[in-house]
Amino acid sequence: MNPARRLGRALFVAWVFLRRDKKAMVGVIILFILLVISAFPSWFTPDDPAAYAYTPGIGLSWAHPLGTTSFGQDVFSQLMAGTRQSVMIALVVGFFCTVLSVAIGITAAYSGGIVDDSLSLFTDVVLVIPTFPLVIVIAAYLKGASFWTVAFVLVITGWSYGARQLRVQALSLRNRDYLLAARARGEASWYVICVELIPPMTSLIVANFLGAALYAIIAASGLQFVGLANVNTEAWGTMLYWAQNNEAFSAGLPLWALAPGIMIAIFGSALALLNYAFDEVSNPALRPVVATRKNKKRAVA
Amino acid sequence: MRYLVRRVGFLVIALWAALTLNFFIPRLMPGNPAESVIAQYHGRLGPGALKAIEAELGIGGHQNIIAAYFQYLGNSLSGHFGISTYYFPTPVVTVISRALPWSLGLVGISTVLGFLAGTALGAIAAWRRGRVFDNVLPPVFVIISAFPYFWVGLILIWLFSLTLNWLPTLGGYTETATPTLTWGFVGDILWHSVLPAFTILITAIGGWILTMRNNMITVVAEDYVKMARAKGLRSRRILWQYAGRNALLPNLTGFAMSLGFVISGAILVEYVFNYPGVGFLLLLAVNNEDYPLMQALFLLITVAVLIAIFVSDIATALLDPRTRNNR
Repeated sequence: MNPARRLGRALFVAWVFLRRDKKAMVGVIILFILLVISAFPSWFTPDDPAAYAYTPGIGLSWAHPLGTTSFGQDVFSQLMAGTRQSVMIALVVGFFCTVLSVAIGITAAYSGGIVDDSLSLFTDVVLVIPTFPLVIVIAAYLKGASFWTVAFVLVITGWSYGARQLRVQALSLRNRDYLLAARARGEASWYVICVELIPPMTSLIVANFLGAALYAIIAASGLQFVGLANVNTEAWGTMLYWAQNNEAFSAGLPLWALAPGIMIAIFGSALALLNYAFDEVSNPALRPVVATRKNKKRAVA
Repeated sequence: MRYLVRRVGFLVIALWAALTLNFFIPRLMPGNPAESVIAQYHGRLGPGALKAIEAELGIGGHQNIIAAYFQYLGNSLSGHFGISTYYFPTPVVTVISRALPWSLGLVGISTVLGFLAGTALGAIAAWRRGRVFDNVLPPVFVIISAFPYFWVGLILIWLFSLTLNWLPTLGGYTETATPTLTWGFVGDILWHSVLPAFTILITAIGGWILTMRNNMITVVAEDYVKMARAKGLRSRRILWQYAGRNALLPNLTGFAMSLGFVISGAILVEYVFNYPGVGFLLLLAVNNEDYPLMQALFLLITVAVLIAIFVSDIATALLDPRTRNNR
């Protein structure tokens, strides 16, 4: 099969899958909306998100749908403007974590021998070093870490779980007949890996991307919330930082603290729902069973 | 036996990696943190003691980095972590030992409860495959486990302490009370732990439900479960004693890891509630630039996780002979 037809078929399968799986559909729609907001934030910001120009500390109103902060910023506009950084950090970290996981996990499984032993050992060591405390320690020395620094720290701490999973799956595929046949034909290693080995692993790779992105948005928001990232940028986590430091709840401005958390939760849920759906693709045993008569009987028995 | 040797070997290597990381991180960072530590000690320590610390941190010119590295390894292995700069002149070890019981109590109990409840619910969900319980529970908890847990804590504070005024907002106990071993004080501690414990519980339980359910679905299809059914055993007995036990095995490592993380506390939950545990202490150390305390905490957390994983590997090998041959 040539690559173009392969891609076409993959897209078709994805479409059929989305139509059938409501969880995945919800996840995709949410992600799409958030991507549009991050691509064109100015379409969604009625007021200037950076301006300290409005009446401070008002609740729901027509002029300010989610009220204003104690500094007189428009909460809704800040929320929309913050979407870009929060979504970007998840996607960037998810992408680079996945690239590292695929590179290390598959190299280990495909090479075998001492390469596998040393890469696996390295992966396991990174895996058991507590991630979030390490992120905090590094961020503490960097003081007000920038977007790319936070992304870098999250990538170097976040790839190991995926690498381990991918290695296990690649190992189980390694000695299948079609791979042995490709090698026997004398194909180059990169060809066997890219064309024969990786495509069957797509669903696990996607699941890994989603898992890493979820980890990134939660960890990055956490860092921003405690003030360890640059708190003068527009992101949901930094909104939470300012809301918490100005006691938004006691000041009668619950929306200021609630809204960014809800956005993180919505984004995280979309990633988690998609991840759950992809789990069902890569492990058919987990797919939902229709509660037919026969199944009900079996369940009672 | 070979298995045991391999696991011990891994423990040693991982420990060495953590120590090395801990040594090199501050030295690779901009702005020389070691000098800021020295600056904080200045005027509070005599010149002799200052020299000793300078040597320990590898600054002051004379010592090369390799000698400093080995000295650091020796100090760490013999439990010398230095003096806290913020809680001067208390040794780091003393500061940590004050915070430790709080994390152990709060996070320990809620972790165990979360694991037990999640595992039971996951097993039941898989057992009732395709029925209401199974269709509602896992997706709901998939969504909840994606919530930022510190934010869940914020909401609980807002609802139950600020709005309803039922429970205290902050701290591990009422600040005016003197810590004594009376029923009243113990009750006060429990009272303060309700909200943080609940925060940890509802955000942790989802993961256990899902993994247990997924393991259980695989196990229920096994022949020995069919045989148990054919023998006419009671449904409940098959669920817990045949399927449940085996489905639990892969989760033991995860549970052990989360027990290791009990030491670190639920960092952001403790922060939100100003709970006097290790996680809050870590963030305080960061804010106060108390690097000796911070480094010792990171090491302690890592060692706890490593030991927990080691114990779980051994336990799994004892409980499940299949793993002994595998690796």
